[in-house]
Amino acid sequence: MFSAYYLQIIILVGINIIMATSLNLITGFTGQLSIGHAAFMSIGAYAAALATLKLGLPFFGSLFFGALLAAFFGVLIGVPTLKLKGDYLAIATLGFGEIVRIVFLNLKITGGAVGLRGVPKNTTILWVIVAAILTIFVLNRILKSRVGRALVAVREDETAAESMGINTTYYKILAFGVGAFFAGLGGGLFSHYFQYIHPNSFGFLRSIEHLCMVVLGGLGNIWGSIIGAAALTAIPEFLRASADYRQLFYGAILVLMMRIRPEGIISGKKSRKIPPGKTSAWRGKNKFLKATR
Amino acid sequence: MFLQQLINGLVLGSTYALIALGYTMVYGIIELINFAHGEIYMFGAFVGMYLVTVFKVPFVIAFLLAMVLASLLGVTVEFLAYRPLRRSSRLAALISAIGASIFLQNLALLVMGPRPYTFPSPFTPKVYKTSLVTISRVEIIILVISFLLMIGLTFLIQKTKIGKAMRATAQDKDAASLMGINIDLVITVTFAVGSALGAAAGVMVGIYFRTVTPMMGLMPGLKGFVAAVLGGIGSIPGAMLGGLLLGIAEVMGAAYISSQYRDAIAFAILIIVLLFKPAGLIGRFMQEKV
Repeated sequence: MFSAYYLQIIILVGINIIMATSLNLITGFTGQLSIGHAAFMSIGAYAAALATLKLGLPFFGSLFFGALLAAFFGVLIGVPTLKLKGDYLAIATLGFGEIVRIVFLNLKITGGAVGLRGVPKNTTILWVIVAAILTIFVLNRILKSRVGRALVAVREDETAAESMGINTTYYKILAFGVGAFFAGLGGGLFSHYFQYIHPNSFGFLRSIEHLCMVVLGGLGNIWGSIIGAAALTAIPEFLRASADYRQLFYGAILVLMMRIRPEGIISGKKSRKIPPGKTSAWRGKNKFLKATR
Repeated sequence: MFLQQLINGLVLGSTYALIALGYTMVYGIIELINFAHGEIYMFGAFVGMYLVTVFKVPFVIAFLLAMVLASLLGVTVEFLAYRPLRRSSRLAALISAIGASIFLQNLALLVMGPRPYTFPSPFTPKVYKTSLVTISRVEIIILVISFLLMIGLTFLIQKTKIGKAMRATAQDKDAASLMGINIDLVITVTFAVGSALGAAAGVMVGIYFRTVTPMMGLMPGLKGFVAAVLGGIGSIPGAMLGGLLLGIAEVMGAAYISSQYRDAIAFAILIIVLLFKPAGLIGRFMQEKV
């Protein structure tokens, strides 16, 4: 139906949609800036690949195992670091991401610096589409529920949310757990498509790439993330821009979007009108997210 | 052996301290993690290398020029990527900083290519040996220059008028502004001074390891930030102490625990400090006001 090249782009778009929407749950909706999302992806990718290779689990089982393990680490890193706020949290997630990468680079079972090869090519376009739709569906259900409103309340004003009886720590950990679960799922699909994974494919820059998709599409908007992921995956391919220019482009996008349209292509806000002198995407009192005067 | 590692750690740590100073000064004044700082450091190393190899400039002049040009770059980044966001959210500014960092890194990669460049040693290599330790001339020079720069910075902050303005701005921007301090100028000077120190570290690491690459800023940049957090972000003596301690911890960890996990040590320290003493060793913790 499609040539292998287009097939690969579509599969990458699908995986990146899973990555971007799950990151949006953490950063866009709950307001916890995470720059270590690729770490959860790598945990899922390695766990799923090893489950297939060493445990002989069926593909679905491996994917689930990888996602579950990533969620476990999401909660594990969430419990201590969520005491931190704003940029301290961002830097802690960055540190966590680097530690995961270095550990995978040195473990025997992951193949260390050689990488892990020989993963069977189980990921088909159908699997990716089903997984992406499932992710979007589940995230949408969560966000439309009481839990979703609690998450947004945490983002807007943590103190006010807490005084309304919302257990902010619980919801932040929940966001990290769910976000990491889907990131792990994306990782599992990734490793079973490319059949070869290396720790450096999931470094700091990969996390930035995911953040870029979320920011471009609009923090706090699921549909925005889908568009962001599709655009940033497909456009560089079609423009035939080599990988050299892609990163340059990402950097410029982040700076320019913050300057021109910090709320992204599709705003996460209900009201499109921004009060004069206020450029923040949010109206709440969160000090980290709020514009000053 | 232990003493030798201590000296190696101090040399590495003094470069971390210089990078950390740039982070901590900027954070102290505008509460922004200047992610592009690692790239400024890389830029400084490249300018130094280029001036020495291509233009055959004497090392001392190349060193000073690298500092001047890097401070210009730092001020430009502030002007283009941070200043327009002064009134927007800190998240927006942080994302913009990450973007500036990625942009500069890849610009360097495009212009210079991915291959490493050799930084020729400006001094005739000489090694001093005692019964306990060996120290090379380059190491002594790094220690001395770092020490002098830190004294110079302390003098600038504590004794000059602009230093006083910087301290006032860090304490309360609005009040400082009401007292007639030009906040924009203070921020510009802060970026210039911080970038110059970062570039100095870059050039010194260049002559120490003898290579310069476009990606060299990423890890030291992150570690410089870790050092700033370790000492207490916003605190200048904290950054100096944090840098030296991080350098020593990293070298000791590599020597006595595992050299493969060398880079992980810094990040493990970061997470532990953030969890147990987020204010750092000698920083003040600021309670968020409702």
